[in-house]
Amino acid sequence: MTPGFRALFYKEILRFYKVAFQTVLAPVITALLYLLIFSHVLEEHVQVYPGVSYTAFLVPGLVMMSVLQNAFANSSSSLIQSKVTGSIIFVLMPPIAYSEFFLAYVAAAAVRGVAVGGGVFVVTLLFALPPLREPLWLIVFALLGSGLLGALGVVAGIWAEKFDQLAAFQNFLIMPFTFLSGVFYSLHSLPPFWQGVSRFNPFFYMIDGFRYGFFGVSDVSPWLSLTIVLVCFFALSLFTLQLLKTGYKLRH
Amino acid sequence: MTQPAIQISQIRKRFGELEALKGVSLSVEQGEFFALLGPNGAGKTTLISILAGLTRADSGEARIMGHDVVHDYRAARHALGVVPQELVFDPFFTVRETLRIQSGYYGVKSNDGWIDEILHNLDLTNKADTNMRKLSGGMKRRVLVAQALVHKPPVIVLDEPTAGVDVELRQTLWAFVRKLNEQGHTIVLTTHYLEEAEALCSRVAMLKQGEVVLLDRTDKLLAQHAEKKVALKLVPDSLPLALQAMKCGEQRGAHVLALQDFAQLDGVLATLRESGVRIEDMEVLTPDLEDVFVKVMHGEGRAVA
Repeated sequence: MTPGFRALFYKEILRFYKVAFQTVLAPVITALLYLLIFSHVLEEHVQVYPGVSYTAFLVPGLVMMSVLQNAFANSSSSLIQSKVTGSIIFVLMPPIAYSEFFLAYVAAAAVRGVAVGGGVFVVTLLFALPPLREPLWLIVFALLGSGLLGALGVVAGIWAEKFDQLAAFQNFLIMPFTFLSGVFYSLHSLPPFWQGVSRFNPFFYMIDGFRYGFFGVSDVSPWLSLTIVLVCFFALSLFTLQLLKTGYKLRH
Repeated sequence: MTQPAIQISQIRKRFGELEALKGVSLSVEQGEFFALLGPNGAGKTTLISILAGLTRADSGEARIMGHDVVHDYRAARHALGVVPQELVFDPFFTVRETLRIQSGYYGVKSNDGWIDEILHNLDLTNKADTNMRKLSGGMKRRVLVAQALVHKPPVIVLDEPTAGVDVELRQTLWAFVRKLNEQGHTIVLTTHYLEEAEALCSRVAMLKQGEVVLLDRTDKLLAQHAEKKVALKLVPDSLPLALQAMKCGEQRGAHVLALQDFAQLDGVLATLRESGVRIEDMEVLTPDLEDVFVKVMHGEGRAVA
């Protein structure tokens, strides 16, 4: 680990840790509310996988949704805040390579995503205990998904010049992609057209692969999901690295 | 021969229509206390941003302690500490956390000894564990100075560090910066307070609309550029016709005359005596950098060494 990476990573962790009430606890409560409401309404009516209660089905989706949204929120909000306040110069003036910059923001975003996801998982255990059939898959998808959204957060944070631009990114891209990714339902319950549309949503593969880690059952093969998520992750990482290398919107 | 601390050659930078820097070249030797002066928009901050890697020049080259700021940016940035003009801070951290994190960026481990020393010198010791948000503007400014120094850079650039700062902090700051200079650090200063530049800096560059219009030793500039002036309070208060041509202004009811040299004073006194005018008060005005600045900025000559 290079010193620049280590210090920037530490700073990013310390940043969200200092406001953990808002960055960790609040999203856990939000996910808990989803679980309470949806399971209350749908528990009796929906069974997605045989022998799996709807509440148990919902848990992995909610956990992964929290992982993804919070990973994105961490890198994007950190960058936009320091850009708007001007304190971004403190990380631009030191001898930190663009690759260290990228890794530090993405790794810290992954830590926040996984921390919130872990918190959501723990509180949902009070209501349902999904089996943990393939824990390795679960870990792989949690890490890759949070890394992918962390990188997307870096792109959004660099691109946005104002808070409302970032909010637009979040509301018109991240939210629809996560909600239409099968957090609350199985792909097979959708009409054929929407099934086809969902297959172009990378978030679907992250959720589906993650859910496979719990149930050992999924809508598509976890290997297909893994391939797609890996390709997206590397493509987005290369794109983000290129932005950082050219100094796009950071170095004039 | 030792490397210059800062070597800037033919730097050009354009922001859309505006040509912010038009081929600036200058070099600052190690151990110098150097002033970079110019009105707002002259390009000082752009030039500093290029040195710090915040802005990329369109063409030309800049080196810090011999290291190119683009191709050898790690070494260049290790050698440079910049105190930015804007009062920026990260609201999440305390003063000590800010300085520890900043040390980490430069790969400096267990830096608490030096951090304590900086805090002491900037009179910040009792604010070490205060959150940045809770500091007054002057205190935040001190932290900015501290942040620029955590990695003990040989070259320190201060971009208007005393703008809007009270007298006490100014004195604390200058005492500390002087000490750093005596220890061998190269200091580059931009300021709007020309008396500060005059008192501290041995050499001065003046920038105007993206060009260096003047670059010389401070004492030489004062000797060459500023006219010798004398303020005379007369009784009765009327300047003889023969002296009207020398008058260049008034100051607190006194007539200010510009002289070629002090020998000319003989003639002035003789004329006054002949006209029956008595001198009530006389003050020799020493030239200051402000005179030079005003002259240069109003387009009188280029004197790039």
